[in-house]
Amino acid sequence: MRKNILSIIMLLVFIQLSCAQENLPKIGIPKVIDYSYEIVVDGIDVPWGMAFINKNELLVTEQSGTLFYVKNGRKKEVSGLPPVYFRGQGGLLDVALHPNFSNNKIIYLTLATNTEGDKKGGNTSLYCGTLNGTDLSDVKLLYKATPNTKKGQHFGSRIIFDKEGHIYFSIGDRGNREVNPQDISRDGGKIYRLKLDGSIPKDNPLVEKSDYWLSDTPLKTAIYSYGHRNPQGMTIHPETGDIWEHEHGPRGGDEINIIKKGANYGWPEITYGINYSGTIITEKTSDPNMLQPFYYWVPSIAPSGMAFSTSNIYNGWKGNLFIGSLKFQYLERLIIENKKVIKREKVLDNIGRVRDVKEGPDGYLYLGIEGKGIVKIIPNK
Amino acid sequence: MKFYFLLYFFGLGFFGYFMKPQKSKAESIKKGAEIYNDLCYRCHGLDGVGQDEMIPPLKSSDYLLNNIQLSIAGLKYGLKGEIIVNGKKYNSYMAYQGLEDDEIADVMNYILNQWGNSSKNFITTEEVNKVGKSIFEK
Repeated sequence: MRKNILSIIMLLVFIQLSCAQENLPKIGIPKVIDYSYEIVVDGIDVPWGMAFINKNELLVTEQSGTLFYVKNGRKKEVSGLPPVYFRGQGGLLDVALHPNFSNNKIIYLTLATNTEGDKKGGNTSLYCGTLNGTDLSDVKLLYKATPNTKKGQHFGSRIIFDKEGHIYFSIGDRGNREVNPQDISRDGGKIYRLKLDGSIPKDNPLVEKSDYWLSDTPLKTAIYSYGHRNPQGMTIHPETGDIWEHEHGPRGGDEINIIKKGANYGWPEITYGINYSGTIITEKTSDPNMLQPFYYWVPSIAPSGMAFSTSNIYNGWKGNLFIGSLKFQYLERLIIENKKVIKREKVLDNIGRVRDVKEGPDGYLYLGIEGKGIVKIIPNK
Repeated sequence: MKFYFLLYFFGLGFFGYFMKPQKSKAESIKKGAEIYNDLCYRCHGLDGVGQDEMIPPLKSSDYLLNNIQLSIAGLKYGLKGEIIVNGKKYNSYMAYQGLEDDEIADVMNYILNQWGNSSKNFITTEEVNKVGKSIFEK
């Protein structure tokens, strides 16, 4: 009898251990809410990405395929866009200004397209173009992931720049995790790095390797890091200059990563998540050849958009990291000390699915909210 | 004799051309399951029960089963604003997913006949075709 009880207890402990445990710190609700919000641009269903030209002017993408130029809250459609393939999570995704935009008027867009391939379906591509008022001209395709697929999942994507003249963008695994993320001769599940004109930098991590690569399928030398699932947040740390990225995990296992050149982030060989159906993907959460996340979420929050607050506008928020949650419909504030997340807080609970987060040139935080538009967070006086 | 043979085959050809083989309900449901498990399950769940206060259930959903035209419109154009499902209020934005009309018909047939749901209605592409945005204003 005692043996029976013991084995039942053992079984319970085992079940407890094998279930994904909530990862700390637990999310909390702020004690004092000394801020509110106002909608500064309305009538955009899925404001996927935004880029500020100055404090009164910005560009906003609508996922279904419209780019808006907004001035003082009034929006106009930009003409001359390349054709957008809209399906599931794909469509018109991120927008970013060339670091020298004020002189050359060049912007970059990531979008799903159906070019290069006769098959139905699409994949993520990076374009640039010159913006004159509300017209886009000199539109050039800089990168197109292959192959096209009708799968509606994991297109990525975010665009950022470093100070050395590089553009970085992310593409998700396109719903083909067994094949794409760990194969450096295939697209998908990668962060890419190009020069601002779209050419491949000579010091990209796979360039040298590709000289003595013997396989028939050449390496994708635009790759900067791999083993990603679906990165929909990237930003440069304001002090260290490091690339901070986050990505959707499966059920559990959303991650924040600090991106290192040539590194493998492990998907789907290692993960803290499980399949949506509850079955196990892998028991492994670490591997000596793969990098660990800076932080991971269990349960998943479905992160999108990412920004550090660098201004003194909000009480105690300077240096904190802000990430949108699609699933729980709040903005998450992460307080980081000694390279660890020490506190997590809900900001604007129940605001709606938060798609993008940016700090404006005026130091305020702006959010793209699905079904609402662009929202500005305003501290109480 | 030969003439009758020819006529017979021409006749078959005509018949086949005008009576385009409509997808059977079972085929449509099967196709719908594939699309559901690609695009819909992340929010509505593999078991169709939705998510907490955020995402309404499809399983035994009175909104779905009693408002088939509105549900089609939701898939076709996206769904915004408050709805009441089984007595509970929901107000999350459901984005349009870029599905074609035949795919919307397939997904509808799947969710109307899954998780214990059952519907005598068989949704066709033509029916989806006819649903316009104006239905939201009624």
